[in-house]
Amino acid sequence: MVHLSWYLTVSALLFCIGVFGFLTRRNIIMMLLSIELMLNSVNLNLAAMSHYMEDLRGQVLVFFIIAVAAAEAAIGLGIVVTLFRNHRSVYTEDITTLKG
Amino acid sequence: MVQLLFFYFALVVIGLGLRIVTAKNPVHCVLLMLVLFFHMAGLYLLLNAEFLAAVQIIVYAGAILVLYLFVLFLVDLREEVKMSPFIKKGKWLGIVGAIALFLTFLRGVMNFSLGPHGQYTIEKIQQMTHTKAMGEAIYTTYILPFEVAGIILLVAVIGGLAMAKREK
Repeated sequence: MVHLSWYLTVSALLFCIGVFGFLTRRNIIMMLLSIELMLNSVNLNLAAMSHYMEDLRGQVLVFFIIAVAAAEAAIGLGIVVTLFRNHRSVYTEDITTLKG
Repeated sequence: MVQLLFFYFALVVIGLGLRIVTAKNPVHCVLLMLVLFFHMAGLYLLLNAEFLAAVQIIVYAGAILVLYLFVLFLVDLREEVKMSPFIKKGKWLGIVGAIALFLTFLRGVMNFSLGPHGQYTIEKIQQMTHTKAMGEAIYTTYILPFEVAGIILLVAVIGGLAMAKREK
C-alpha cells in the first residue's frame, strides 16, 4: 500500500525543483520548461488526491490543466520566438527594455 | 510490488527533475523531460488513471515537447553550452527559496487529512473503465469547463498566429 503522503511529498519535491529552475535559469525556454515541471507536479498531486478520495474531480481538473498547459506552451514559445527575432537573445539579462 | 514500482518512478522523476534544471545543454533538458513524462505516466498508472497516462504521453510527450524542440532549433544555441546555465548570483537564492518552500509544503503534507470520500470507488472505475468514467464526468457535470478549455485552445491558436505574423 502506497500512502497518500508519499505522492504528496514527491509532488512537493518536484514543484520545488521547478521553482528553483524558474528562479535561476538564464534561458527563457528553460524557464518555461520549469513551469511545465511545476504543472506536472500539480497534476500528480491532483491525481493522487482524486484516487485516494475516490472522486473523479481531481482527475478532470488534471485533464483541463493539460489543455491549458498546451495553450500556455504554444503562446509562451511564440513569445520566445518573437523575442529572439527582436533582440537576438533568449537570455533574461539581455532583455532590459523595461529598465529605465 | 506496487511500492517498488512507486519508488522506482518517484526516484527517477525526482532525479531527472534535478538533472533537467541543472543541465547545460537545453536539448538534453528537453530529451530528459521526455523520459520524465513517461515515468509520470507510470505514476498515473499506479493511481489507476489510465486515461490520464495516455493523455500525458500523447499531449505532453507528443505535442508540447516537440514544440519545445522546434523552438530550440530556431534559437541560436552555440554559445549557450559554453556559459553557466544560471543567472548571476541567483543560484544560492534559488536553492534557499526552493528548500524553504519545500519545508513549508512538508508541514502541510504532515498535517493533512482526507475529506469525505466520493462515489467513484476503485472497483466502480475498474468496472466501467476509467476512460468511460472520465468521459461521463467531463461531458455531464463539467461540460461548461470543457467548452471553456476549447475556447482557451482557440485563443492559443489565434495568439500564436498573431505573434508569428511579421509586421511590415
